[in-house]
Amino acid sequence: MMVAASEILKPTGQKPAALTIDGLSLEFPTYAGAIKALDDVTIEIGASEIVGLVGESGCGKSVTTMAATRLLPEGRYRVTAGSIRLFGRDPFAMDETELQDVRGKLVSTIFQEPMSALNPTIRIGRQLVGVIQRHEAVSEAEAERTARGILKDMLIAEPERIMRAYPFELSGGMRQRVLIAMAFSCNPGLIIADEPTTALDVTVQAVILRLILDRAKRTGTSVVFISHNIAVVSQLCDRLYVMYAGRIVESGPTRAVLEAPQHPYTQALLRCLPERVEPKAELEAIPGTVPNLLDPPPGCFYRPRCPEANDQCFAKPPSMAPAPDHIVACWRRETIQPSIKASEATQ
Amino acid sequence: MTTAPLLNVEDLTVNFPIPGGWFGRATSHVHAVNKVDLTIRPGESLGIVGESGCGKSTLVQAIIGLVERSSGKVVIDGQDFHEARGRRKREIRQQMQIVFQDPQSSLDPRLPVWRLITEPLHVRGGMSKAALRARAAELAASVGLRPEHLDRRPYEFSGGQRQRIAVARAISTDPDLLILDEPTSALDVSVQAQIINLLLKLQRELGLAYLMISHDVSLVRHFCDRVAVMYLGQIVEAGPAVQVLDSPAHPYTRTLLATVPSLKHPLPELAATRVGELPNNRILPTGCYYRDRCSFAAAGCDRLQPLVEFGDRAGTVSMSPPDKAAWPRSVRCHRAQAGDI
Repeated sequence: MMVAASEILKPTGQKPAALTIDGLSLEFPTYAGAIKALDDVTIEIGASEIVGLVGESGCGKSVTTMAATRLLPEGRYRVTAGSIRLFGRDPFAMDETELQDVRGKLVSTIFQEPMSALNPTIRIGRQLVGVIQRHEAVSEAEAERTARGILKDMLIAEPERIMRAYPFELSGGMRQRVLIAMAFSCNPGLIIADEPTTALDVTVQAVILRLILDRAKRTGTSVVFISHNIAVVSQLCDRLYVMYAGRIVESGPTRAVLEAPQHPYTQALLRCLPERVEPKAELEAIPGTVPNLLDPPPGCFYRPRCPEANDQCFAKPPSMAPAPDHIVACWRRETIQPSIKASEATQ
Repeated sequence: MTTAPLLNVEDLTVNFPIPGGWFGRATSHVHAVNKVDLTIRPGESLGIVGESGCGKSTLVQAIIGLVERSSGKVVIDGQDFHEARGRRKREIRQQMQIVFQDPQSSLDPRLPVWRLITEPLHVRGGMSKAALRARAAELAASVGLRPEHLDRRPYEFSGGQRQRIAVARAISTDPDLLILDEPTSALDVSVQAQIINLLLKLQRELGLAYLMISHDVSLVRHFCDRVAVMYLGQIVEAGPAVQVLDSPAHPYTRTLLATVPSLKHPLPELAATRVGELPNNRILPTGCYYRDRCSFAAAGCDRLQPLVEFGDRAGTVSMSPPDKAAWPRSVRCHRAQAGDI
């Protein structure tokens, strides 16, 4: 019954995976006890794959990728089980110099708030050139040429002017484009996009998503796309993982998961969307709240809110098992009908 | 349709001066809201959608008097809000309340819940502490908070619970109109559903009218009877929410809707999303405000576009200005009116 995620969801390419996280458990010690932020998280991002990580605030999406790039504050967290491989290397075995070589060159992160990710006192051009020269042995002029080219790729009409500007002189959408340019500037194998468009308007968001998608497809870059917005993930990602309270609850090809979700949580999440119901009709909310991760309940973490739960769900946390075309962590998966389908959702 | 409007906004304009000249004198203005007309009838919900910077927040803040209007009228229940003075102005003001986007910053962290909820009544005065507490308990129950919550402070609550507190505070003065400024955009979808259900329930029970600002088109389609689309401080299209959002007429509304993420369609191609940036609102464009970004721009677009009714009832019927915004469907584009698009 137990099937490793990687066996079902073998990435199609022959190249080694960009990121493999195997059974990672991670906690943050506090005076009140340890907050179990991640529990047995297994994720594989293949070469040239675009993968979504979906879930509500506090479910551990960002912690997962920040652990992989070792961006969590050192000494404030404990890895209690599992391993991480970033292009076959263990980030926890690297020293600071190695890490800095890896970040930006092999893997880049695009953060949600572009203003706080850019240095406010340095012109855009200098910041871009600095990143390029940190990782590539090129002359200043060469680096500037690369920077201009990549800004042009981001549909920035006057790269010269933007490079002379300070971050505060640009709009939010423009700043985010600069950050994407910076992330792609050293041709990394993996881009981690952590809610890159949440602070932006839909019109700007569509442009930003297109820019990320087109460039990633063209250069064969893998992308981990973190979002709470299922609609955005459905438009962008080949595959997705649904997270709840620090665990993966369902994963598989985007269409398979969203057309026939098996986990009650994924189903409920889709039913909450106003897109699917008659105007003014009652929306289905998920009763209760997420469990306290200082003292999580026994068994399945979703059990206290789950209409399908029985004694088995109490006894033991469910492990990942196959469902049609994808995998799901639910004891009741055989009795639960995939009650909502994307085809219904389009009514 | 014959009920008297609850809120009537006529020709509302807000300009912010930009100091820069000698002694800080204004050299130019930001034209945030440009001659907006709108009407809300009792018990009705109107949604306002548009990109950031289109003036939707300034518009509602001018309506309730949080920012100074430059010209125009706000009439609520037949009374001119900006002309009223003193006690009468306060009374009119209490018929409109607002729920802000971020319950983290809109609730005083030092006050217990019962004081937060009854703050507007406390300001109005004339109620004893015991009466305020009793009223707080009623209000808390109506938004789904439990009695034991009354003595807690905001930091002890989740985002959804905090937004319930903000709603309870807004309905404490028995207002007729609630202004909702992105009430759920700081919340997760499962919590958003709870708050939206609560607001719909309160509307049924109390006959509240809502004016909701949102960038979430599917939420507006679900929640609102009518919708107005704003661009550069103007309403460019208005009408019944389902009609406008399912078959938009104005080129801007079309672009906006094409870029809304949805489970129903794939990510639009770059060509469809290249709308450029919002033009500078210090110098208003001549003619149609959307002309420079519009792919349908043609001869005649250099004339200023009026908001005109179109569809079945289009024609020469002259209506008095207060009825202007109550028209079933209107659009500010001569090509859409002519059926060219």
